[in-house]
Amino acid sequence: MTRRTVVDIATQVAAGSLSASTVLEENLAAITAREHEIHAFNLVTADRARERAAEIDADVKAGKKVGRLAGVTISLKDNMCTRGVETTCSSKILAGWKPPYDATVVRRLADEGAVFVGKTNLDEFAMGSSTENSAFGPTRNPLDTSRVPGGSSGGSAAAVAAGFSAASFGSDTGGSIRQPAALCGLVGVKPTYGMVSRQGLIAFGSSLDQIGPFTTTVADAALLMEVIAGHDPLDSTSLPQPAPQLTSVLANGVKGLRIGRVADMPEGSSPDVLARLDAAFEALRAAGATVVDVKLPSMSFGLTAYYLVAPAEASSNLARFDGVRYGLRVDAKDLNAMYGATRAAGFGDEVKRRIMLGTYALSAGYYDAYYGKALKVRRLIADDFAKAYAQCDAILTPTSPTVAFKFGDKTSNPLAMYLCDVFTIPTNLAGHAAMSVPFGTGEAGLPVGVQVLAPALGEATMFRVAAELERAS
Amino acid sequence: MPEPISRDTVAKVARLARLDLTEAEVDRMTTQLAGMLEHFCDVDALDLSNVQPLNQPIPLTNVLRDDVEQPSLDRDEVLGSAPAAQDGRFRVPPIIGFEE
Repeated sequence: MTRRTVVDIATQVAAGSLSASTVLEENLAAITAREHEIHAFNLVTADRARERAAEIDADVKAGKKVGRLAGVTISLKDNMCTRGVETTCSSKILAGWKPPYDATVVRRLADEGAVFVGKTNLDEFAMGSSTENSAFGPTRNPLDTSRVPGGSSGGSAAAVAAGFSAASFGSDTGGSIRQPAALCGLVGVKPTYGMVSRQGLIAFGSSLDQIGPFTTTVADAALLMEVIAGHDPLDSTSLPQPAPQLTSVLANGVKGLRIGRVADMPEGSSPDVLARLDAAFEALRAAGATVVDVKLPSMSFGLTAYYLVAPAEASSNLARFDGVRYGLRVDAKDLNAMYGATRAAGFGDEVKRRIMLGTYALSAGYYDAYYGKALKVRRLIADDFAKAYAQCDAILTPTSPTVAFKFGDKTSNPLAMYLCDVFTIPTNLAGHAAMSVPFGTGEAGLPVGVQVLAPALGEATMFRVAAELERAS
Repeated sequence: MPEPISRDTVAKVARLARLDLTEAEVDRMTTQLAGMLEHFCDVDALDLSNVQPLNQPIPLTNVLRDDVEQPSLDRDEVLGSAPAAQDGRFRVPPIIGFEE
């Protein structure tokens, strides 16, 4: 199978040495060959993609200026609004809904010449770590189909790992880009909160959600970040600044950077994952970085705080799915009965569980004991990171405590599933930047991801470290 | 630490959340929520007495745009994807009058 990078496609298509249609047909052929066993997509938009690729090829032929992503094939997690194209969040409650607008990220990608291949599967409303919670069935890991691709952006990760598109986009509320990237051997980025517009991303946890790319190389992720990041007046939490310059820093190396090793890291990682983490520290040291011990004493409480904060925000955000404006309606004699029946029929088990937990944590009499306390823990985590970043420029941890696990391994125990995100969640609570970079293999020859953490707006440093790890792997 | 969550509370929360849960779901949810809330008591190990809550990670407040008319979404397109619409509006079942 031909593996083309985003950078190669964009360069060659713009230069006229490769056609966008050729790239797309390669991806569509891979989809025909393997999608039936992978189930990366809720919807493949082959006809639209062919039209778009032909337009780009015509523009190149006519000598018109094309965008920075001309002919780059991209898959979108099915919680990003695409005008006139079904957007479901892998939930029965939105099945069939066609949004009346494009998400800002989608528009920016399209403006630069991206070709959208389809909408990818996810845990319903992005709630899960294995894509087993999709109402439309699970996605399988292309590297070993008896294992999960991770989640919640499992379809997006699988689409790139299987060669269905050159890159894809997911959303990360507690690790939903980084963990599947790690489990599928890809680069996955969770930008600083507010760096990438959330407009048109169907909200899960509004103070935590960020959109980011899945790619096969660090340079591809850097280019895609430059296209999607930067202020958006349509998102009131968008930071008032331009996109960071990332493609230009990748060759800078890590000489002189201080890399933090978390001395009091939560336990439970498997030995193969820890061995790769040690190797990553060694590689950075060999490249001229210094490794310093830092402490994040509240890190292990991140999971606990997150599993109240995120459901609380979700219970509020998901109140809009009430059978009135979009998606499913179950008819009933009055409005209240219609709400209750529609939501009961439309939401799956995990979504119901989180709505219930969130509603409880926000309800009168329990707010201070649960939600209020969780927000205080969130403050402690942010303070711990601030202290750590006074001593270092970036921190390395595992992305996931284990390599990709088997289907059904964790579905019976919600807490066991939640533990998948112990290393990724604290970043979302603090609003910082983080990414996962593939760094060798562990058990059963499956990929291991190393997570690079950086402070808010620390993307340039983070990408320098990621590029160095890529060179060393 | 608060009392363990009761079945009655779970049923009440389901009403607040507008979720018609089956009896079996209420039973299952009571056990699962109790487990998660018990796990949350881990944070009682922390001294939170002088800690300010952190609601959101960036310090932006009151982001407002100029009060100038701008085009909105196309009404027919929006209503076209609604479960029921009539006369340019969303159509819903009766709001009052059917209480039992």
